[in-house]
Amino acid sequence: MVPDRIEREIDIEAPIDRVWSLVTQGEHLGTWFGDAGASVDLRVGGAVVLTWAKYGSYRGIVEKVERPRLFSVRWSRKPDMEPVPGSSTLVEFILTGDANRTRVKVVESGWRELNLSDDERSKAADENRNGWIQELDELQAYAQKVATPA
Amino acid sequence: MTGGEDDVFAALADPTRWQLLNVLVSRGEGSASALAAELPVSRPAVVKHLNVLSRAGLVRWRRQGREVRYSVRPERLDATARWLSRIASEWDDRLAALKRLAES
Repeated sequence: MVPDRIEREIDIEAPIDRVWSLVTQGEHLGTWFGDAGASVDLRVGGAVVLTWAKYGSYRGIVEKVERPRLFSVRWSRKPDMEPVPGSSTLVEFILTGDANRTRVKVVESGWRELNLSDDERSKAADENRNGWIQELDELQAYAQKVATPA
Repeated sequence: MTGGEDDVFAALADPTRWQLLNVLVSRGEGSASALAAELPVSRPAVVKHLNVLSRAGLVRWRRQGREVRYSVRPERLDATARWLSRIASEWDDRLAALKRLAES
């Protein structure tokens, strides 16, 4: 099955509270994530706008805020549009650490539900619950297998 | 932002289509009837799924006599895997920028 999530992480030599601020405040988010500013209404359901000079503004909605451990946003995949099912992915920032160092894990998920009809989407969600989630490696291995038939 | 990857994801999100693609990979080529014989769905359903896969660029077909024979287009899957790799590497770049900012 096609992978539905990408996970990346990094270790940072900085206190978790500082990293939390950099991840959740628009003035910072607009420098390391976007490159032309950002705004964050830091509460569940709050609006997020992230701007790139080259690509335009992308809108998101805050799904979870659990200071200083979890911040998740549903992002539109198209500029200047609200994030709607079928045209958005979920980005989660998961922080662990202490007053000295922080590990940041980012999980982006939800491609499988892009461009699906409502019926297909709920069917896919059911399959997802039944354990269909696989990893990126599997698709790559699969693509290689197909590309080089025995 | 995308070169049709959304269509590929939608095409592969259905477990029957995924299974169909796997059967097609192991067979190399097959008609809708032959494929339906290996799957728990009817021939018309297989044709419908093949059309979705074909629109997403995952499957090609050719006519042989009275039959239409289908086969997989690996380049499309490969492009999708590379597209996902690119997203992962974009996250690596952003997280590195976050680290630089946090540690400065």
